[in-house]
Amino acid sequence: MLEIKNLHANIGDKEILKGLNLTVNDGEVHAIMGPNGSGKSTLSAIITGNPSYTVTEGSITFNGKDLLALKPEDRAREGIFLSFQYPVEIPGVSMVNFMRAAINAKRQYQGQEPLSSTDFLHLMREKQKVVSLDNRLANRSVNVGFSGGEKKRNEIFQMAMLEPKLSILDETDSGLDIDALRIVAEGVNLLKRPDNATIVITHYQRLLDYIVPDVVHVLYKGRIVMTEGKELALELEKRGYEWIKEKFDA
Amino acid sequence: MSKGEINEIANQEYKYGFVTDVETDYIQAGLNADIIQEISRRKKEPQWLLDFRLKAFDYWSKSVMPRWPHLDLPDIDYQKMHYFAAPKQKKAPNSLDEVDPELLKTFDKLGIPIEEQKMLSGMAVDAIMDSVSVKTTNKEKLAEAGVIFCSISEAIQNYPDLVKQYLGSVVPANDNFFAALNSAVFTDGSFVYIPKGVRCPMELSSYFRINARNTGQFERTLIIADDESYVSYLEGCTAPARDEYQLHAAIVEIVVHDRAEVKYSTVQNWYPGDKEGKGGVYNFVTKRGLVGEDAKLFWTQVETGSAITWKYPSCVLKGDRSVGEFYSVAVTNNFQQADTGTKMIHLGKDTRSHIVSKGISAGRSQNAYRGLVKVVAAASGARNFSQCDSLLIGDKCGAHTFPYMDIKNDTAVVEHEATTSKISEEQLFYCQQRGIESNDAVSLIVNGYAREVLDKLPMEFAVEAKRLLEISIQNTDGVG
Repeated sequence: MLEIKNLHANIGDKEILKGLNLTVNDGEVHAIMGPNGSGKSTLSAIITGNPSYTVTEGSITFNGKDLLALKPEDRAREGIFLSFQYPVEIPGVSMVNFMRAAINAKRQYQGQEPLSSTDFLHLMREKQKVVSLDNRLANRSVNVGFSGGEKKRNEIFQMAMLEPKLSILDETDSGLDIDALRIVAEGVNLLKRPDNATIVITHYQRLLDYIVPDVVHVLYKGRIVMTEGKELALELEKRGYEWIKEKFDA
Repeated sequence: MSKGEINEIANQEYKYGFVTDVETDYIQAGLNADIIQEISRRKKEPQWLLDFRLKAFDYWSKSVMPRWPHLDLPDIDYQKMHYFAAPKQKKAPNSLDEVDPELLKTFDKLGIPIEEQKMLSGMAVDAIMDSVSVKTTNKEKLAEAGVIFCSISEAIQNYPDLVKQYLGSVVPANDNFFAALNSAVFTDGSFVYIPKGVRCPMELSSYFRINARNTGQFERTLIIADDESYVSYLEGCTAPARDEYQLHAAIVEIVVHDRAEVKYSTVQNWYPGDKEGKGGVYNFVTKRGLVGEDAKLFWTQVETGSAITWKYPSCVLKGDRSVGEFYSVAVTNNFQQADTGTKMIHLGKDTRSHIVSKGISAGRSQNAYRGLVKVVAAASGARNFSQCDSLLIGDKCGAHTFPYMDIKNDTAVVEHEATTSKISEEQLFYCQQRGIESNDAVSLIVNGYAREVLDKLPMEFAVEAKRLLEISIQNTDGVG
């Protein structure tokens, strides 16, 4: 599904990613872990086309398409979804209007008619259940006045609405209490299908108790330095990142 | 979103910029007592009105254009302009068959329903081109309810006592430079009278169109709502795209008698000039209402047009417990300049006013809110709440806020809140990541920002206003 080769990327003049390789196949859950500042969030920004970052070398293909040639909105319409670490507030824009614009933009891209209001509201109601959000959400402005937990649940709700092929969860566990964490994780698990994939970016292991990865990568200094099974996450939890630094700084 | 990308956004031209090919009757250019007499003569006006005009002209001749607004005001040569231009047609048409088809086509193109078969049952329309009213619809139906809705020229002929009693009673001829100019040369406009206790059975709407070249439009609107009556009034405006500027100086006077309620909504879409700042309408307008006991006046405006806007729809809260509200969205783009806001004058006891102003600046435009809240010594228990928000798109535009407060009574409660924000790259990227294109994202964010005001507009107007907002902010330079 996703193939990243020798990816180099900058923010300003500073090189953050220095030759990153990653392959994700249908049905897989990948965890990307690593110490702060290793480039985890940069990776999600590059995949989704955030204009603050520039790619200097390398390639990303997504289901055979050259992802780097696509605009951010087209990447989204191709089925890439990012659950933001810091969801953005948009005052005055209701969730209903926001999601309707998003869904219909995607449908138009795929040559489909826009959803009727009835069908759309029905879909909203159904998907809210995935993360136990109540109906009042629909008329609230996007992320305005949401608690930290509500914001993250709202991200997963949007993921449920848009049915992406590849979901990237960027530090979705940060700032969540244990109940919210469970709701979010259950939502993600509910949306898992054999033909979609998930990348979980996290600093800590605890989210991975709920969303069990097939593969765990360690990202350090802009490169993936280790790739193993889910037990690697437990080892990192126990030993911290110091031994990684010692091993790869040498 | 990169600057290159924003420049790629479809450039939607001002779609009302066409010119109607119709023969026009002009009075020669220039402004003096003779010209004013000629206007009055052609309109077969009574002597008192001519006197009113000449007095106003006298005042105007002795005053100078105000220089205090936050506007780069060009010099205007008042002698080079025509003060009367009328599409040539056989006198006042009695039925639509007598109206020049070119004129009908014009209003059809503008989407204004004046042909009988297209008429909206819930709305009466007065269509005004240049100096004259072309057609007022649904008059008969309104007459059944006792409502008078006609052009002010007709009102002067048919209801001279009403006009004489109220004309200049809210905005005196010597109120300000542009009010004096309008009082001297106004040519047409709308007149509304709602009798005591009558709830006007439909929305009333005036549509103003400038067509002729080098012609000022000076319309005059007079609305009288008698005790316990209600009316909702809508005003729309457009003009052709011309290289030279066009002058528009209007007066709207509203008399809201005891326990009556008037809603006045404007979608102002005069030609704003081109992207280099060439041409456009200079809009200098005085709008004011006098509000009686337990009466209410609501101003709602969406302003997207004009090269220069100078306008402060105001409420004089004279009656005890009267209420004034002002909701405004003012958009400026490219080289547009706006200095706009409101005045709430609390004279009566326990009067209340509420101000919500949303400025949106894009391109190289300058957008200023200027508002006055005045509470006189006798106005005990007065309350005001003002909220002034500014939204900046790009980094070459300006937003300014000039709130004035003049409070002479200790029991008054006056609150003011102001915010300035920018459409952030984070907001745009968040929308794009959900599949929403960058220009659609800007529209979505701007509409969200203006929602509080748009919600106050009557339904069919709200749709139009929302679309207008989207067009006006497209092709903005330097977002993000």
